[in-house]
Amino acid sequence: MNIRGILAIYTFEMGRTLRTLGQSIASPVLSTVLYFIVFGSAIGSRMQAINGIPYGAFIVPGLIMLTVLGQSVSNASFGIYFPRFTGTIYEILSAPLSFVEIVLGYVGAAATKSVMIGVIVLLTACFFVPLHIAHPLWMAFFLIMTSITFSLLGFIIGIWADGFEKLQLIPLLVITPLTFLGGSFYSINMLPPFWYKVSLANPVVYLVSGFRWSFYEHGDVSLMTSVTMILTFTLACLIIIGWIFKTGYGLKK
Amino acid sequence: MQNGTAIEIKALKKIYENGFKALNGVNLEIRRGEIFALLGPNGAGKTTLINAVCGIVRPSSGTVAIGGYDNISQYRKARSLVGLVPQELSTDSFETVWNTVTFSRGLFGKANNPRHIEDVLKRLSLWDKKDEQIRHLSGGMKRRVMVAKALSHEPEILFLDEPTAGVDVELRKSMWAQVRSLRETGITIILTTHYIEEAQEMADRVGIINKGELILTEDKKTLMQKMGKRQMIFVLREQLTTIPSELGSYPLTLEKDDNGGKLILTYDAETENDISDVLDNLKSHGIRPKDIYSHQSSLEEIFIELVEVK
Ligand SMILES: Nc1ncnc2c1ncn2[C@@H]1O[C@H](COP(=O)(O)OP(=O)(O)O)[C@@H](O)[C@H]1O
Ligand SMILES: [Mg+2]
Repeated sequence: MNIRGILAIYTFEMGRTLRTLGQSIASPVLSTVLYFIVFGSAIGSRMQAINGIPYGAFIVPGLIMLTVLGQSVSNASFGIYFPRFTGTIYEILSAPLSFVEIVLGYVGAAATKSVMIGVIVLLTACFFVPLHIAHPLWMAFFLIMTSITFSLLGFIIGIWADGFEKLQLIPLLVITPLTFLGGSFYSINMLPPFWYKVSLANPVVYLVSGFRWSFYEHGDVSLMTSVTMILTFTLACLIIIGWIFKTGYGLKK
Repeated sequence: MQNGTAIEIKALKKIYENGFKALNGVNLEIRRGEIFALLGPNGAGKTTLINAVCGIVRPSSGTVAIGGYDNISQYRKARSLVGLVPQELSTDSFETVWNTVTFSRGLFGKANNPRHIEDVLKRLSLWDKKDEQIRHLSGGMKRRVMVAKALSHEPEILFLDEPTAGVDVELRKSMWAQVRSLRETGITIILTTHYIEEAQEMADRVGIINKGELILTEDKKTLMQKMGKRQMIFVLREQLTTIPSELGSYPLTLEKDDNGGKLILTYDAETENDISDVLDNLKSHGIRPKDIYSHQSSLEEIFIELVEVK
């Protein structure tokens, strides 16, 4: 295993993150604050508690997930797309690195950044609503696994994309709708039966549900369902990445 | 590398996804410690060949052994021996020179070694730029940063893909000097170029590639004798029926045309000719050329010649 090689990529990517830390953090923190003002205070004050959880507190796990999903996909996709775009990927490809090591470096760095931002959003939320985390370890599990899985997805997008438009396309057309309809701002139990069933096909529902459970011991689906689903997504992404590396798709001509 | 072979390429073929045959069964052996120039026109397959050796392009068939290690099944060992400077200038604009070179060393799994990085940067006259962001450097310096990156992990073999393309004469000469001084360190160097002079200036051996085929590989000296044909052409005022026998010691030929015809002196790059001596002799025989010009076989002509000979 070329540990130093993995570390070189990881450190390089983290360096890029830290150089732009201000803007990396400013935007998610700002949008969280806006969400709290609009949904938490303005609308939330007129909303009933959901499952006994005040609305302002109810949306916190969903908001964190929203940010973490978006950040994971965009960080990881950009991280691998950029060297493909500038041509510096030649060095990664000609180095004695296995594909697994390349993924560990890029996805590791993207996931680390997502977790950091998730924690920052959580801390921001503390200013607005009293928070209670019933199961910190489960919370950490969901936060980390979501970051990893969606960074893997981002990596796949970054390899597939052959232009900046495509890089934006999937997050815009797929990730954003899925996260908004994933029960971040409501419980899917509030939906009519038909839309409830449709929602169950949305992977984000399971993430938000499991994550919310770790805060309030209350989720839309059972904890184990959430755990199974997230591990399934991780596996699916790993299989696709395995295929990419076997064929050299997007990387080697 | 125990024996004298640095790289052994066998029956290497590359057909790109669009069906284009870029390499058509290349066999090539690179000797340890030599400077090998791969000479060929644009689109000949030079970059494809280098990229297939370095793991950037997947060969369609054939094998590559680097220092005896197969570049696919033993890629870690094989790639550790190689440093690559690609044709395109591609660098991380916002990194400093020092960081980017250190990063490259890390990628190759080598422990940090500031002394070596310092050495490399000094050798390439980049030491005073070590804390600059790469985007602030000139094109020539960026190219040298890429060389520094390639040397960061102490490779035994260095690939330079068109190191002087689009570079002015001064820079080209300093690049040549740097390549030669690198060779002193014992490193094997493979460079590609489409300039004959470059191959002539630097290489020990030259391989000529055209349309994905290696037409020949030869010691530079032998090749230059074959290829470096030059002609001094004397355009005559009046028709000449024969070349005066006193001028027989010069390699002169007579070419007739509708005007006065031409006397052509043919020689190669290795022989010394005193043109004024020839002129004096012509004059003493009453031959006064109205124009004189020289001609050197261009790469294209040489290719045509080589392909025809084949
Ligand atoms: N990715 C690719 N897909 C299809 N054809 C390619 C690709 N890359 C290069 N080629 C073609 O292969 C030929 C050889 O290219 P290249 O190896 O870059 O030549 P050189 O370096 O000698 O100029 C060219 O005709 C080029 O157009
Ligand atoms: Mg080329």
